[in-house]
Amino acid sequence: MTRHQKSLSRRTVLKSSVALTSMLAAPGLLRAEPAPVKVGLLQPISGAFALDGDLAKIGAEFAIKEINDAGGIKALGGAKLELVIGDSRSNAEAGAQATEELQSAGVAAVLGGFASGITLTATQTAARYDLPFVVDCAVADTITDRGLKNTFRFNPNFSMATAVALKNLVKLNDDAGKPIKTVAIVHEDGLFGSGLAKIMQEKLPPLGFQIVETIAHPTPARDMTNVVLRLRALNPDLIVPSHYFNEFVLMARTLQQQRVRPKGIYAVFGGAASSYRFVNEFPEAAQGVMDCNHWGDPKSPITAKLRETVTAAGKFYAYNTPINYSLVKVFAQAVEKAGSADRAKIIEALAANEFDSGIMPYGKTKFDAKGQNSSALPLNTQVQGKDIKVIYPAEYADAKPVFPING
Amino acid sequence: MTRPRLSTLAIIVAALAVVPLAGLSGSLLNLMIFMMIIALAAQGWNILGGYAGLSSFGHAAFFGAGAYAMVVLQTRFGVNAWIALVIGIALGALVGAFIGFLSFRSGLKGSYFALITLAFAEVARILANSTNFTGGAAGILLKLQTGLPYLQFADRRYFLLIALGFVAIGLLVSWWLEHSRFGAYLVALRENEQAAQALGVDVFAVKMKAIAISGALTAAAGCLYAQNYLFIDANVAFGSWISIEALFAAIVGGSGTVIGPLLGAIVLLGLGELTKMVSGGIPGMDLLVFGVILVLSVAYSPNGLVMLMKSLGLRAPAKAREA
Amino acid sequence: MYSPQIVVEALLNGLMLGAIYALIALGLTLIYGVLHIVNFAHGALLTVAMFMVWLACARYGLDPYLAILFVAPAMFALGYGLQRFIIGPASHGKDNGILLVTLGLSIIIENALLAAFQSDTRTITSDYSFKVVELGPLLLSFPRVVGFGVTIATTILLWLVLHQTDIGKAIRAVAKEKLGASLVGISVPHVYAMTFAIGCACLAVAAGLLMPSFYVSPKTGAAFVLVAFTIVVLGGMGSIPGALIGGLLIGVVEAASSLFLGDSLGQIGIFLIFIVTLLVRPTGLFGARA
Repeated sequence: MTRHQKSLSRRTVLKSSVALTSMLAAPGLLRAEPAPVKVGLLQPISGAFALDGDLAKIGAEFAIKEINDAGGIKALGGAKLELVIGDSRSNAEAGAQATEELQSAGVAAVLGGFASGITLTATQTAARYDLPFVVDCAVADTITDRGLKNTFRFNPNFSMATAVALKNLVKLNDDAGKPIKTVAIVHEDGLFGSGLAKIMQEKLPPLGFQIVETIAHPTPARDMTNVVLRLRALNPDLIVPSHYFNEFVLMARTLQQQRVRPKGIYAVFGGAASSYRFVNEFPEAAQGVMDCNHWGDPKSPITAKLRETVTAAGKFYAYNTPINYSLVKVFAQAVEKAGSADRAKIIEALAANEFDSGIMPYGKTKFDAKGQNSSALPLNTQVQGKDIKVIYPAEYADAKPVFPING
Repeated sequence: MTRPRLSTLAIIVAALAVVPLAGLSGSLLNLMIFMMIIALAAQGWNILGGYAGLSSFGHAAFFGAGAYAMVVLQTRFGVNAWIALVIGIALGALVGAFIGFLSFRSGLKGSYFALITLAFAEVARILANSTNFTGGAAGILLKLQTGLPYLQFADRRYFLLIALGFVAIGLLVSWWLEHSRFGAYLVALRENEQAAQALGVDVFAVKMKAIAISGALTAAAGCLYAQNYLFIDANVAFGSWISIEALFAAIVGGSGTVIGPLLGAIVLLGLGELTKMVSGGIPGMDLLVFGVILVLSVAYSPNGLVMLMKSLGLRAPAKAREA
Repeated sequence: MYSPQIVVEALLNGLMLGAIYALIALGLTLIYGVLHIVNFAHGALLTVAMFMVWLACARYGLDPYLAILFVAPAMFALGYGLQRFIIGPASHGKDNGILLVTLGLSIIIENALLAAFQSDTRTITSDYSFKVVELGPLLLSFPRVVGFGVTIATTILLWLVLHQTDIGKAIRAVAKEKLGASLVGISVPHVYAMTFAIGCACLAVAAGLLMPSFYVSPKTGAAFVLVAFTIVVLGGMGSIPGALIGGLLIGVVEAASSLFLGDSLGQIGIFLIFIVTLLVRPTGLFGARA
């Protein structure tokens, strides 16, 4: 029942945002107020990633409200920000189509994108109109490698994140007295997992880790027993998994069942490793799992507020909310600096300035020549008790790592 | 059988060509390009599934072959887009011939043929997903470069016209089928293969030709898709979605008719957009409606919209009912 | 390269997983044997059954194995209704019509589930989810062992139903000679619907066996359906012993190939078996019909 109400309310929000758009687009209305600045948010509101889209929307709406309540965009005489949502329906063509719709709605920029495949096509569509596009959490390096002038990425890309993940792994291991010597990599055979496995295979051995096995599996996987049996035979000190939610849950459950107890599980962009749902549903299997992922600053008071909002909506908190919250904040600063809602000026402002990163641990956001935020940084988290704690780097950490986990 | 005149086809194509000139918004233009791509894929399906009665559930194999050829040739070998397009289409025909050779030699038809095409498409998907040459799971990107030699245009109406040109070719091929001996053979083997064989039709050769033409048309759709969206991965190119959309459009529009696939693609995708607008954020509503339409059209209008329109009195020849 | 213990465990696990595949294939092959159609909605119907089990467990606190007792009749009724009132009439008895109607149904079911439950994955936690049966040094997953036993029992039960009951005899009569059967007064549409219903009830059993160790989302059925097709083709379309043996075989092959080749390539292995069987021996191991 509650499910229905939720989708209903989402629909109403969608409709009213459309209604608002068309109302405000009418010329001559409310001449006294400065024209609002429309921000497009491209997210998968329906389809396979609908949950992520919902979380992102909550974050973006929260930021918009904050900015508008504080008097809007000062440089434009207090112009309000107005969110226009484009539903990418979790697939690439629909993402392109939704971007076209946002373009037709006259947005000043598009934020979001979420998945790499969707983001790749959507940024290209936006490029046709010189429409600024700031990516929220898609990680494929190629997104900013194509020389698209309009495309910026707020979050760390794949290479940056894995570099940090490796650095922190070494530190973690050194601090604990080097308990880890052997590593097994388990990855799904898609974009995500294969890419990560490749980097790990290259970089781990020079750092003194011996890779005993790399196991690929398809998504969806029907069974993880064979994978786990192999792990049991190899008995690696550390398991580095990279897969989506379902497979991670299957694996973690099977590990528990087959009594495989490595000294650590260290995921990079782990599908479930930083999911409160996983922690809630399988607390035992989730215990001690570490992840290196997008994550908001746990010490910021706004993080707590966002978590409350998400929980109140009956959802499990994840990184989509803080990222999209912060992204809207960055966009607002860019408009302030540009002094205009003109697209070319916004692109210029994004490329030329430094920005506060909202509640993301990025220090000062600065987009490099390719449009990549060079300060972007993933955080290391660990499931501890019923919570997900940040364990690295020290300035953001709210807990000490528990490592090695099994003696 | 309904046999539209060439002049009718010309009017349809001309009417579709005029639409973009009327100044469509970007999103409508985008939708129309997508419609043409699906229509072309469906026209390909129709040659085999409609005329020859061999329902394939794996036309993604051809679509993907075209799409990958288009992107791989351009990005890895620096081949010109137009030449890549030609090679992509030829590759579709070749893949068709390969699958056809294996399955027709073993005399597969009906459910067996549907299953084996599905399996081939899945194998292609898994291979494309795990091979470095095809960009693996990351997929491949085409660079955004506008200009005639790159087959990318700043003004996307040109691309729409090119897609429409291919749909026109698809219409012509189907029209030719209905007026040629070859087309008659196809229909004969759909209706009764043994009888056709007894009459001296080389069934194997006819089927091989049909699957090659079918593969080529659907591959052309794949090429256009890649060229329009500039990004493909294994799930887009070889995923079951395109097998299903091609089949849907052809059947709903009217399988074994000239205009059916085009009509089906326009109606289905148009309806899909409409459903999305009406249903708001509820996921899956558009596909749900597609499914319902498919079942209803098989139940009440097994000969598709084309025939439905005819039998509703636009021109009700007795022939339509027996087709 | 692996210790014998691991290999034995992997193969046993494959055998037990294969049993559940077989159970899914059982319904498919039965429907094929009698109606001569490939039921493309089979995967979607499995998802429906899994959601029913999930609802029974998550909402009403039932034990997943106990839930089978409720879900099986529900699936039986659903299957009967679908064939009698939708698939049968809508397809006009044509092969192509049935292919397309079942495909359409699978899309409707999958997306209706998506609209109702969204794309979330759902799991149930039962007492046995993490339990193992210790067989000497071997650790066998408890849900799998139960699955194996129940599959064998279900197959025997199905065999008895087909050979000892009136409806079973009618089903076999229709499978052999439709026209003759209808001449002696058997209602063919009723028998068709009963067959479809029994096939769906098998799915309910499979769903109950899967849920303690698996998850369900609107697309879950798709992960199993291609394997089920392979098993049906390998065992011989329409053959019940073929489905059982084909299922066990595929399970073992999958386990062995994923142990030695990796899981991704193991998937291709299944499709290759599928394609080669279709090309070389479309009647499968046990199929009699050409």
